[in-house]
Amino acid sequence: MSQTMIAAPAQGRAGRPRTRGTLPVLILFLPPALLVFTLFVILPMGEAAWYSLYDWNGYGLPEKFIGLKNFELLYRNGAFRQALINNGLIMLVSIAIQIPLALWLATMVSHRIPGAVSFRLIFFMPYVLADVAAGLIWRFVYDGDYGLFAAIASFFNVASPYVLADKNLAIYAVLGVIVWKYFGFHMMLFIAGLQSIDKSYYEAAEMDGATRWQRFRNITLPLLAPTIRLSVFFSVIGSLQLFDMIMPLTGGGPSNSTQTMVTFLYSYGITRMKVGFGSAIGVVLFVICITLAFGYKRIFMRND
Amino acid sequence: MTDQTFIAGKPVAAKPAVVTRPRREVFSKHRMSFVTWLYLYASLFIVAAIVLLPLLTTAIGGFKTLGDLRVNPFGLPSQWIWSNYLDILGSGRYWQMLANSMIIAVLTVVLTLAVASMAAFTFAHVKFFGSGFLLNYFLIGLMFPVATAILPLFIRIRDLGLLDTYWGVVLPQVAFGLGMSIMLFRKFFQNVPHELFDAAQVDGCGYIAYFWHVTLPLSRPILATVGIVAFVNSWNNYIMPLILLNTDAKYPWPLGIMVYQGEYSTEWQLVLAFITLTILPTIIVFFAAQKHIVAGLTAGAVKG
Repeated sequence: MSQTMIAAPAQGRAGRPRTRGTLPVLILFLPPALLVFTLFVILPMGEAAWYSLYDWNGYGLPEKFIGLKNFELLYRNGAFRQALINNGLIMLVSIAIQIPLALWLATMVSHRIPGAVSFRLIFFMPYVLADVAAGLIWRFVYDGDYGLFAAIASFFNVASPYVLADKNLAIYAVLGVIVWKYFGFHMMLFIAGLQSIDKSYYEAAEMDGATRWQRFRNITLPLLAPTIRLSVFFSVIGSLQLFDMIMPLTGGGPSNSTQTMVTFLYSYGITRMKVGFGSAIGVVLFVICITLAFGYKRIFMRND
Repeated sequence: MTDQTFIAGKPVAAKPAVVTRPRREVFSKHRMSFVTWLYLYASLFIVAAIVLLPLLTTAIGGFKTLGDLRVNPFGLPSQWIWSNYLDILGSGRYWQMLANSMIIAVLTVVLTLAVASMAAFTFAHVKFFGSGFLLNYFLIGLMFPVATAILPLFIRIRDLGLLDTYWGVVLPQVAFGLGMSIMLFRKFFQNVPHELFDAAQVDGCGYIAYFWHVTLPLSRPILATVGIVAFVNSWNNYIMPLILLNTDAKYPWPLGIMVYQGEYSTEWQLVLAFITLTILPTIIVFFAAQKHIVAGLTAGAVKG
């Protein structure tokens, strides 16, 4: 009510009312976000850099300064190198298999055909499920005694494979689940991208007698390029974080063949409470993420 | 399809002399020859089967006996064992898990909406020194995964005495979601016509009153979007509760399901029933509110 009373003088000032209450709004509205964010995102990140220089089990204060020893240990750790390779592989599969698959499906379901909407929803559904649930479901599918693979093997009368227990095969099994779970998300991005393409390009091309492939190659692909770049960006960042799905499938095993950086961090840093070593892994992951994210944005997404 | 052919066929009846021309036009206009049609639907059905088969097997597998599952993992059960499902539904454990997930998710959503909308409002409407810098500060949060700082986060939560409490999970979840939420809110707030704010000012409305009486009521779509993203992320979150909670009674469902799987690892029929019941709420909500959920989950991507 008091606001209406002060309104009169404010209005009188040559038609340019100065906004009152800049300070109160800043004092009231900003600190909650700043506090929560600083306390639980920024400070832990800084502390990770600090702890990574110590040998510390998390109790008392970090006192045993060991310099870059943790990073050296990490560099020499075979399981970590395997994790790096796996993260690279996941990235590669996401880009080389998942994105083309998503694009192919997007071009199909963006036709005005009966059932297109249902197909879209079905394809998107795995993305909504938790990674943990997806991992457990596929653990069953891959199970050598009960699952799909067991059924196929018994159908062909061969010994059923224990895919997830085979250290040469397990990672490919994991990659399959990743594609199964995430292609729908990329497909949705592409559908949104396709919808923004002006239909008259296609009509013109058709009139000139362009084939389906030519239309795709010369209209769809170039005009969809920003979406594709975005999609690749998400694949890159997403593949670095992969953890939830691996835990129910393999937990990083057998013999570390399916470790990712985050499962490695979990099994070598967290479960053993090696705060220093674990933080060093976190720092490496952070540096890789930031470098890739900014590098990618700078090179590929300049104009987007 | 049929009625289009019919309409296009009309001139055929009128002018028998040019029988072939309109026919060819029908095919090229709708570019849907029978072969294309077959290729399209065959591909879509195959992919849909690959997506749905694991899910259906899981749901149906929950009705089988273990022996049945072994000899016949994919067909219908030879005998429907309802007790697998009913026992789980009758146990307190299932409901406790869902309740935990619900409490954590609701607290996360409410807090995220409140904190992020206020902060985004200041970035969108208030001109103050350092606002660009602060905004970028929040956006750093988009660049790296939780895992990078998870150990220091654990220590911080422990030192605050929040370990093994709901808040101990909620606060970091809110913090890590802030970057995206603030970005989405800010974009939306900026698009609210500026005249509205000028008019409100003339009437003596300050920032806070404007936020409460004008911005928020206009922002239902973005509140829904950000709320859905926060809810789904919290509902499916695995790594944070895994590290920040340690009593079974407080576990949200992704943890509970893993514990259950650990206990009954050899009795796949029970595990399958359990998985089905835990993902059922997600699937029901997904189909009930699919438009909002798809829009929400791809919003960050499209607008980012």
